[in-house]
Amino acid sequence: MSNNAVITIEDHDGETLLRCSGSWTIPHLSTIESKLSRLRPDSSVIWDVSDISELDSAGIALWHLYHRAFEKEGITSELIGVNETHSKLYSLLYSSTNDTFIPPAHPSWLYSLGKRSYTNMQGVVQFITFLGEAFVLLFYTLSHPSKIRYRSIVAHIFSTGTAALPIIAVSAFLIGVVIAYQSIVQLQKFGADIFIVDTIGISLTRELAPLITAIVVAGRSGSAFTAQIGAMKMTQEIDAMKTMGFDPFIFLVWPRVIALMIVMPLLIFFADIIGIFGGMVIAQAQSNLSFTEFIHRLQGALALKHYMIGIIKGPFFAFLIAMVSTFRGFQVSSNTESIGFYTTKSVVNSIFLVIACDALFSILLTELKL
Amino acid sequence: MRKVIIEGRDIVTAFGDTIIHDHISCTIYENEIYALLGGSGSGKSTLLREMILLQSYQSGTLNVLGYDLAAITPLQAQKLRTQWGVLFQSGALYSSLSVGENIAMLYREYTDLSPKLIDELVALKIDLVGLPQHARYLFPSELSGGMIKRAALARALALDPKLLFLDEPTSGLDPLSSRQFDALIRQLRDLLGLTIVMVTHDLDTIHHSIDRFALLGDKKVIAEGRLSEVLQIDHPIVDYFFQKGSYGIQG
Repeated sequence: MSNNAVITIEDHDGETLLRCSGSWTIPHLSTIESKLSRLRPDSSVIWDVSDISELDSAGIALWHLYHRAFEKEGITSELIGVNETHSKLYSLLYSSTNDTFIPPAHPSWLYSLGKRSYTNMQGVVQFITFLGEAFVLLFYTLSHPSKIRYRSIVAHIFSTGTAALPIIAVSAFLIGVVIAYQSIVQLQKFGADIFIVDTIGISLTRELAPLITAIVVAGRSGSAFTAQIGAMKMTQEIDAMKTMGFDPFIFLVWPRVIALMIVMPLLIFFADIIGIFGGMVIAQAQSNLSFTEFIHRLQGALALKHYMIGIIKGPFFAFLIAMVSTFRGFQVSSNTESIGFYTTKSVVNSIFLVIACDALFSILLTELKL
Repeated sequence: MRKVIIEGRDIVTAFGDTIIHDHISCTIYENEIYALLGGSGSGKSTLLREMILLQSYQSGTLNVLGYDLAAITPLQAQKLRTQWGVLFQSGALYSSLSVGENIAMLYREYTDLSPKLIDELVALKIDLVGLPQHARYLFPSELSGGMIKRAALARALALDPKLLFLDEPTSGLDPLSSRQFDALIRQLRDLLGLTIVMVTHDLDTIHHSIDRFALLGDKKVIAEGRLSEVLQIDHPIVDYFFQKGSYGIQG
């Protein structure tokens, strides 16, 4: 018996006889399909299936597809040599009414645009609702200090702060190096090498260290918050917490927000030191400015207010990052794709908000002549 | 003698120091509905996972469709994987794909059939498991528990496998749907000549659908055979599992 599916086409006065034999199963069907697709019968087709040794659902579907196509063109299609197994299989597959369902049409771009704008608007409203709910529970816990989750706060301080030190150190050091390199070339043209200290001192402490720390934290801890809470949402852990009376805001949101607000100024301070050190290394290498000279000059050049402004930004950035990323975590739905979707969204949103907040600070402080 | 599809001999499985299977054996013949039974933690799901190459075992031999799983090459394993279908307990449909795409994916990867025929086949499989046609455009997150099971069964049947593994096929279904599911599986066995291996807890399924089974407990196979044979055995786990003498199954 042949192992391959075979179809031989014979022509008898306009009547096409299709002799089917062999095993009409998935692995062997593609050759038959290409033969059938080239077939242009005149008036009638007779399928002789008596020699088919093996048949599966794909074989039947192939026959059915062409049987229908032929009949549609007004060609009579007949079947001979059907045995019991064939008919049983056929009735199993085609017994239920094969209701034809028309797939939904693609909506127009205007519809999609409107829909997206609306969902984005809804997102903003939901975020404000989320903030409101969070603050209600903050005031509640503040009036019941025993409910504050100190352990959880400490654990998050470790995971978002201590564990982040290496990456913050590397980023801040490199930023210091880059700023020093770029400015020294310009300053040397005027013989004003010593002003490298002012440039590095002020730009790093006031703007760059807070910003680079916030971006690293948003990418590192913000995404982790979203993924943690999203995973808990998917496994119904959050529902379980609610039924036991453990409020997710008290147990999940505020410990993260408070921990990050404590940690962020400390990380910025750390980034200040490492960044300035990076600048010092380059200043010494490029214009022979010794460390002692650098530090001596820094004491005069760097007013306390620049450093304070940088540090004060920390809790604001931390609040935005932690709130957005926990909020996005709660939006995760039950499918696996949404975790990735909302994690991406959370990082993009928090970095954007940090930059927007930084711009607001700049405007405000300039107006206040600080 | 009927053809043996799966044969396990002296299988030992251990996770660290915890022994799950202590020299267990079982034989599954062609065209039968075979169940792995046992209480929670008896290692029946582990045994099923070993049969479908998701889990390795420490010693013994396990033969599936003529391949020795301990000595199988990656190419042979790939070939073997196209000859079976697996229905996971939670469906495990790919959540980023619609039901239709979940089924069509197998045809696209493993056959060179035309898109038109693939479309016809997807519609067929959806009909076969009793789903409405519009379900093929739905995503797994939009389906009910029963529909997920049916869609997952349609996917498992896509390549017309000769061997079907079902992990708790009726768990989470209402009694009527469970019986319909059982009937469907029996019908498929009769008409497509399938061999079906399942893990189940459903006493109705055990009573009405299963030909032979292995009862696992105490790291061993306590009993293997037909229900009527096993009920003759006097063993505390048999008594406990089938709730003999109380309101459970009578022989």
